[in-house]
Amino acid sequence: MSKISLTIDDQIVQVEEGTTILEAAREVGIEIPTLCYHPDLSLHGACRVCVVEDLEKNILVASCVTPAVDGMRISTRSARARRARRRNVILLLANHPNDCLGCDRNGTCELQKIAYSLGIRREDVDLLAGERRNLPLDDIGPALKRDPNKCILCGRCVRLCEEIQGVSALQFSNRGFDSIVSTAFGLPQSEINCANCGQCATICPVGAITEVSEINKVWDALEDDSKHVVVQTAPAIQATIGEEFGLEPGTVVTGKLVAALRKLGFDRVFSTEFTADLTIMEEGHEFLERLQENKNLPQITSCCPGWVKYAEHNYPDLLDHVSSAKSPQQMFSALAKTYYAEKEGLDPEKIFTVSIMPCTAKKFEKEREELRDSGYKDTDAVLTTRELARMIKEVGLDFVNLEDEEYDELMGKSTGAATIFGTTGGVAEAAVRTVKEKLTGEPLERLNLGFRGVNETKVEIGDRVVNIAIANGLKNAAKLLDEVRAGKSKYDFIEIMACPHGCVGGGGQPLPMSKEKKDKRAQGLANIDKNKYIRKSHENPMIIKLYEDYLGEPLSEKSHKLLHTSYKKRAKN
Amino acid sequence: MDQTIYRSHVLICTGTGCVSSGSRDIKVKLEDELAKYDLTNEVKIVETGCHGFCEKGPIMIVYPEGVFYCQVKPEDVEEIVEEHLLKGRIVDRLLFKEPLTEESIPSYKQIDFYKKQKRIVLSNCGRIDPENIDEYIAIGGYEAAGKAITEMTPQEVIDEVKESGLRGRGGGGFPTGLKWQFTHDAEGDKKYIICNADEGDPGAFMDRSVLEGDPHRVIEGMIIAAYAIGADEGYVYVRAEYPLAIKRLEKAIAQAEEYGLLGEDLFGSGFNFKLHIKKGAGAFVCGEETALMASIEGKRGMPRPRPPYPAQKGLWGKPTNINNVETYANVPYIIKEGAKAFNSIGTENSKGTKVFALTGKINNTGLVEVPMGITLREIIFDIGGGLTKGKKFKAVQTGGPSGGCIPAEYLDLPIDYDSLKEVGAMMGSGGMVVMDEGTCMVDVARFFLNFTQSESCGKCTPCREGTKRMLEILNRICAGEGKEGDIDLLENLAHHIKDTALCGLGQTAPNPVLSTIRYFRDEYEAHVQDKKCPAGVCQGLAAAYVIDEAVCVGCGMCAKNCPVDAISGKPKESYRIDPDLCISCGACAEKCPVDAISQG
Repeated sequence: MSKISLTIDDQIVQVEEGTTILEAAREVGIEIPTLCYHPDLSLHGACRVCVVEDLEKNILVASCVTPAVDGMRISTRSARARRARRRNVILLLANHPNDCLGCDRNGTCELQKIAYSLGIRREDVDLLAGERRNLPLDDIGPALKRDPNKCILCGRCVRLCEEIQGVSALQFSNRGFDSIVSTAFGLPQSEINCANCGQCATICPVGAITEVSEINKVWDALEDDSKHVVVQTAPAIQATIGEEFGLEPGTVVTGKLVAALRKLGFDRVFSTEFTADLTIMEEGHEFLERLQENKNLPQITSCCPGWVKYAEHNYPDLLDHVSSAKSPQQMFSALAKTYYAEKEGLDPEKIFTVSIMPCTAKKFEKEREELRDSGYKDTDAVLTTRELARMIKEVGLDFVNLEDEEYDELMGKSTGAATIFGTTGGVAEAAVRTVKEKLTGEPLERLNLGFRGVNETKVEIGDRVVNIAIANGLKNAAKLLDEVRAGKSKYDFIEIMACPHGCVGGGGQPLPMSKEKKDKRAQGLANIDKNKYIRKSHENPMIIKLYEDYLGEPLSEKSHKLLHTSYKKRAKN
Repeated sequence: MDQTIYRSHVLICTGTGCVSSGSRDIKVKLEDELAKYDLTNEVKIVETGCHGFCEKGPIMIVYPEGVFYCQVKPEDVEEIVEEHLLKGRIVDRLLFKEPLTEESIPSYKQIDFYKKQKRIVLSNCGRIDPENIDEYIAIGGYEAAGKAITEMTPQEVIDEVKESGLRGRGGGGFPTGLKWQFTHDAEGDKKYIICNADEGDPGAFMDRSVLEGDPHRVIEGMIIAAYAIGADEGYVYVRAEYPLAIKRLEKAIAQAEEYGLLGEDLFGSGFNFKLHIKKGAGAFVCGEETALMASIEGKRGMPRPRPPYPAQKGLWGKPTNINNVETYANVPYIIKEGAKAFNSIGTENSKGTKVFALTGKINNTGLVEVPMGITLREIIFDIGGGLTKGKKFKAVQTGGPSGGCIPAEYLDLPIDYDSLKEVGAMMGSGGMVVMDEGTCMVDVARFFLNFTQSESCGKCTPCREGTKRMLEILNRICAGEGKEGDIDLLENLAHHIKDTALCGLGQTAPNPVLSTIRYFRDEYEAHVQDKKCPAGVCQGLAAAYVIDEAVCVGCGMCAKNCPVDAISGKPKESYRIDPDLCISCGACAEKCPVDAISQG
C-alpha cells in the first residue's frame, strides 16, 4: 500500500491508499457528522449526512464511502457542504416524531446530537413539514420494542444483524417513502428467529429499537411493603455502569453499585457472580461426566440466553450438546425463592426477584415457561444497565461519590472465576480452572483467550488434552457449530456468547458503544479477577456451604430440579 | 430448413402492440383463408417483430410488392386473400393514408413515418421472424461475431468500438469502448457481462421491441462484447412484465446454443460464452447498474455507492460490463460494417442512431430510429405526423422520469446527448412524450415525480425524504393551495437532491421539475399566485365547463359521460352543466362531437 496525499480544509493529510475521506479527516482531528456509518459495519452511504465538497470536481460526495485520492482537495466546511448536510438532517427530522422528551434515547440519540450541533431549529423542520410515517409499534415481546416511526433507515441494525450476528432478523421492505426496516412477513420481532441479543438496540443511532422497560414494575415492587425485593447484579455491570455517570469505561464501581441498590430500597443486594460460581460447579461436573463417557462432546455453554434461543431456532439438532445447566440468573432466582427463603424464613410468594443485566435476552429468558422450578415464576423483573442507571438518576443519587458497600453475604460472595463470566472467554476459563483442579489437583495457568471473535486453545488435564474454543458474535458461533454439525469439530468444550466481546458488549449496556470501550470494560473485569482473594469457583465458601446445607453435591437430584433445564426446537422464520 | 419456394410472403407483426390490437386473430384467419383457396404452399405467413408504427397496428406487409396494410381486422383478411393474393389487386382502403393529404400510400418505404428514419438497430424488426435463427443468419446475422472472434484480437474489437464513437444507449451516454476497455483491463480470471433490459420509463418500449423483434442481434452484440472483455458468462436482466421478449430471447438462446454460437469453443476459437436470462421483478431502480447486480445476486435491488465501479468490482465481486439492449444491438453493425460506417452517422460527439418511443399527443405513435443530430421538429412533425387534433405543440419530454421538458423554442435543436443535456433534458433510454397546449406542465412534473418517489429504493435520505416533500409541494400547488415561496423551495430541494442523492435515479429525479420551472415558470406562478391552471387540467383550480347553446346539437353524449351527473337536458335540445356539481374533469368536452363545451 502506498501513501497518498490530499488536502482537507486546507490541511495536508497523508494516508494509506484505500482510506476513505472520512477516515482521513478523522486522522487529523476533523470531525464530520455521520449517521449510517459505523466502523464495525460495511459501508452503506445512505444518510448523506457526511457529505463534503470535492473542490476539484465541484461535486458533493459522501465522505464515508468515497476513497481519498492523491491530490484531492476537500472542504468539509464549504457553504455548499454545510447546507447540504443540514438539509439532509432536516429531511430526516421532518419524518421523525417530535418526541425527544419521551424518548428512551433522549441524551444518547445521535440524530438529536447532530441536529443540535448543526443548529437546526423547529422552524427549519416545519418548512418541510408533511406526511410522517405513522405505523404501529412492535412492542409485544418481552425483550425488545421497535418504533418504526423513529427509524431513520440508516440500516445499521440490518447490517449488524446480518454481518455480525448472521441472523438477518431485520431487513428493508417497501419502496420510496414507505420504506421501512421490517422482520420477515412483518411479524413481531418476538415471533421470529431473533435471539433478542439487543445488538440492534445498541447500534441504533436513535430510539427506534430499545429494550422493553421494566422500571415501573420494579418501582411498584419496591414501594409494595408486602414484597421482599431481592436484587442480583450480573458480573459485567460493575465495570460498565460508571459510564452512565461520566466515569471512564472499565472503571470498577462494585461498591457504589451495591450502595446505590440499597438506597433504591432493595431488601437484599446479591451478586449473580455467586451463581456463576455455582454454574461452574454444575456445568463443570456435567463436563467431567461427558468427558468420562465421551458423550455429547463438545459441551457448549448455556449461560447466554441469546445464544440459547439462537440454537433453538438454528441448531435444534445440536441441543444435546448444550449444557443443561441454567444460566446464573435463573439459578439465582430459583434459589432465592427456595434456599434463601428457607434460610430467612420468608414466604417465597412474597419474594420479588430482580436482576440487573447487561442484556436484553435475559428479559426473554425470565419469561420461559419452564423456568418456574421454585414453584413460582423464578425471575420477576430484569433491568438493563441502562435502566438501572435511569432509576439511580431519577432519585438523584450522587453515584460517583457514594460510599462503597458490600454485597449481602448469603448469595453475594463470589470468586474471580465468576467475575470473568462477563467477558468472552471467561466462562471457558472459569470452567477449566475448576475441572482441571478437580481432576488432577493441579491449578490452571491463565488461558488468555482474549477478545478475538473465535479463538481456541488446549489444556492438558491429566493424560487427556482438552480442546477448547470460544466464539462471540453469533456469526462467529455459526462457524464452530457448522463444524460440530458436520461431525468435524475437534473441540471438547465450546463457550458461546451472542454479543461481540461477551456481556461487556451486551445489548443492555451503556451507549454509545465501541470496540475500545468494550476492551476497557473487559480489562476492568480482568483486574477484579486478578485482585480477588479467591479465583476458583469450587473454593467459594458460600458455594461450599450451599452444597453442604441444601443441595448435597453437584448434579444431585435437588440440583437437577432447581439448577438444570431443557431446550426446545423453534421455527426458523 | 424449409426449402419450399413461395410466390408471396405475408408478414404479420406480432410485436406486443400489434398482438394487443389483434394480430394473432388475423394470423389464424389468414391460415384458414389460405387453406380455403389452397394457397398454403404458395403464400408463406411470417410472424415478425415490431415495425414501430404501433398506432396503425395490426400491421401486415405483403411481399414481393411490399404493400403495407394497416389497422387490419380479421374481417378484412378474406378480401386481402381474394383480391390481393389471388387477383393481384391491392386493397386500397387498408393502405396507409397520410394524415394531411389523405393520399393512399401502398409501400411503407414511401410513408413519411419511415422515410426519415435510419434503421440500424431496428433494421430486422418487422422484416424477419424473430423466432427463427435461420432468418437472422440469412441476412448476415452472426457474421460480425464470427469476424470478431476469428479475425480480430479482443483489443482490436475494443478499438473498433471506441473509434465508432458508440455511447451507452441506456441514458448516461458513457463511451462504450472505454467501458469495455476498463473491464478488459481489470484484473481477474472471471468476468461477466450484463445486458440491462430492465426498461422502466413510463411510455418506453424500445428495448422490448428489439428483444421481441430481433433477439439474435442483442445476443450477437453480447458475444462480441464478451469476447472483447474476456467474459465467459453473461446475463440478460429483463423485466418479468415482458413475457414475449423473454420467450423469444429464451428461444433465441436455445437456437444459438444449438448452432454452437453460444456455449463452448465458439467458432472453434476456444472462446466460451454462456448466457443466462434473469427476470427482474419490476422495480424501476433495478435499471441502475449496481441495484441490478444486487438483484441478480438475489439481494434487494438497492444501489450501492461507486467506486468501486462494476468494471472493477461488479457481479459477485468480479469485473463486469453492463450495457443496455440498444447498445449491444449496435455492435454487430459496427463490427460488420466498420467503425467508419457507423461514425459517419450522427453529430460530432454522438454517433450513430437512436431509437425513440414516440408517444403522447402525436398522430404517429410508435417506435422510430433516427440519426443523431436530427431535429425535434423532424421527429415530431415529419415522422410523427404532428399533434393529434391539429393542436398546438407545447413541449416534448425526453429521457423519462430522469429527463426534462423541452419547449417549442428548441424544436429546431439538433438532438444528441450533449444538446439535450444543455437544455435541461437528457437522452435517457429514448422515451419521447409529446404534449400539446392542453397539458399542464406542473401536472406533468407532478406525474414524473410521483413515479420516481414511489420507485425510489428508499435507501438515501435525499431521494426517499426529499422527493416526497417535493411531491407534497407540487400536490398542494396543483390543488390550489400553493404558498408564497413554494417555487423557490421546490428549486432548492431539487438542487439539493441532485447534489446529494446516492444513485442516478435520485440525482436525476428532480429534472422534470427543474426543466418545467425553467421553461414554464409562469404556469407555476399562475397556480400559486392567481390560483389558476392555465391548461385547465388541475382539478382543484379548473373552472367549471360550460356548453355553448348555439353550437350544442343535443346529442346527450356529454350527459352520458359525466361521472358526477352534473349535466342535464333533453335529447335534441340544448344541455347545460351545473357549475356547482362540475368537477372540471373535461370528460364531456372530450366526447362532444361538435366542440360545444369549454371551460368557463
